[in-house]
Amino acid sequence: MRSFATVKKTRQLNHDTFLLCLKSEKIASCAEAGQFVNLKCCDGLDAYLRRPISIHSVNRECNTFDIVFQVRGKGTSLLSRIRPGDEIDVIGPLGRGFTLDHSHRHIVVAGGGIGIFPLFQLLKDHTAAKKTAVLGFRSKDFVVLEDEFKKHSTELLIATDDGSYGIKGFVTDVLEKIIQKEKPDMVYFCGPEVMMKTGVKLLQKYNIPCEVSLEQRMGCGIGACLVCVCKTRKDNDWDYSRICADGPVFKGEDIIFD
Amino acid sequence: MKKNINLEVNIAGLSLKNPVIAASGTFGFGREYSKFFDLNLLGGISVKGLTLKPRKGNPPPRIAETPGGILNSVGLQNPGVHAFIENEIPFLRQYNTAIIANASGNTVEEYVEMTEILSDADIDAIELNLSCPNVKEGCMTFGSSSRGVLEVVNKVKKVARKPLIVKLTPNVTDIVEIAKAAEDAGADAVSLINTLLGMAIDVKTRRPILANITGGLSGPCVKPIALRMVYQVSQSVKIPVIGMGGISNGIDAVEFFLAGASAVMVGTAGFVNPMAWVETVEGIKEYMTENGIEDVKELTGGLIAD
Repeated sequence: MRSFATVKKTRQLNHDTFLLCLKSEKIASCAEAGQFVNLKCCDGLDAYLRRPISIHSVNRECNTFDIVFQVRGKGTSLLSRIRPGDEIDVIGPLGRGFTLDHSHRHIVVAGGGIGIFPLFQLLKDHTAAKKTAVLGFRSKDFVVLEDEFKKHSTELLIATDDGSYGIKGFVTDVLEKIIQKEKPDMVYFCGPEVMMKTGVKLLQKYNIPCEVSLEQRMGCGIGACLVCVCKTRKDNDWDYSRICADGPVFKGEDIIFD
Repeated sequence: MKKNINLEVNIAGLSLKNPVIAASGTFGFGREYSKFFDLNLLGGISVKGLTLKPRKGNPPPRIAETPGGILNSVGLQNPGVHAFIENEIPFLRQYNTAIIANASGNTVEEYVEMTEILSDADIDAIELNLSCPNVKEGCMTFGSSSRGVLEVVNKVKKVARKPLIVKLTPNVTDIVEIAKAAEDAGADAVSLINTLLGMAIDVKTRRPILANITGGLSGPCVKPIALRMVYQVSQSVKIPVIGMGGISNGIDAVEFFLAGASAVMVGTAGFVNPMAWVETVEGIKEYMTENGIEDVKELTGGLIAD
């Protein structure tokens, strides 16, 4: 599960978001939509821990996969300076990805900010006749990969908080309008917690199943250290589940949002 | 000519094929890391800290990265001692490695009850956790005073039918005094150090990074402190010392042996390098071969300090 992947291509998507295309047969051959990799940003003690980053796209023919990340701190800053030909120490693919039910005819992916990236491979892999993507961004400057998402969805709707691009409003507002027009079979969320919380509640109202992909600060990334937990329903009580190993994708109804 | 290398150590009746043990709280019950390497290669596994009843632990975030280390505030999330015995021991027993049950309690009575239960279980030793910094009751409350350590270890020792290791907290004025108390109360060995109580703040939000506000610091950044404490304790007690704190490779381990440790525990390093445990064993062997040392026991306390 631990290997070295070669950087094939790097691409800056906007002022602080980067895409890396990595070559690794081991990972590309078995990675599923919604899984992640845990990688070292540098040697030595700087940015000591690995960084968990979700898999954006897999190219199984070329044995490559893409990850997209936003520069947030030291680790991602170092990662943004990596160049083609460099090698990265990667563990993966890790975690439980999205569930694809190919009897579904209409699916919606609803993503916000950097949460849109793991939804991309899901759109690629799903065989539903109708695939709607609703992507939310802060403003026009943050909109990325529009053409790529358009290519792999039957309908792409972009929402911005300030209305500087696409529809003004939140992803969940757009989602409700879609549902009122035509009820999808399944919805997949990845984005800010408040968006997913609102989204899950909305779908429960319309009785539509959904999955959410969660994020938390991680330690080992494989389920041993128990640091990246989230509250999940268990019988009549609740428990902490491990986002890295039991998730990052969970059924919407199982999550207790605080 | 290649000499034979003996890595076996015996710690107060606990026989280990090599002196490298997975540190409690970093290794779960071994299942996850068994996908990375053969657990037979480990001297032992100190399992995730157990309590009498299942514990949910603290709210997230439970981890913060700091220079050369991490802070954690898991708070002893575990399925409880009974679930451990039923579900985890059979898994661990498939491997030829020592099982060390790390036990915590809220009260002295709970420590005693845990020890009674674990003495009947198929394990090789008990590591009494008197040092978790992330729970409100028990643990560090007992472990941070000689009186507390004396009281718990005395009572536990009366019912213990397995080698008893007492895990010490570094969050005290004088760890030597605490170690002596453990020895006086009948501990068969001491392990040190548990994590150092610390804190991290996000200046953007003005909030602590950990939901628990404080957490335990571990990783390479704590190694000099751990080494100093292992050295001081080894000088003052006769029982074996198991050293830990920031060990990432064989050379780090050798430093702890020279300071007086009979065995070492490796933990946090495995989050970064899942092969850290195995590489530590290999690194010790390499050092011994290069330096013509046949028995790892020769290294213990081998520091030259004149």
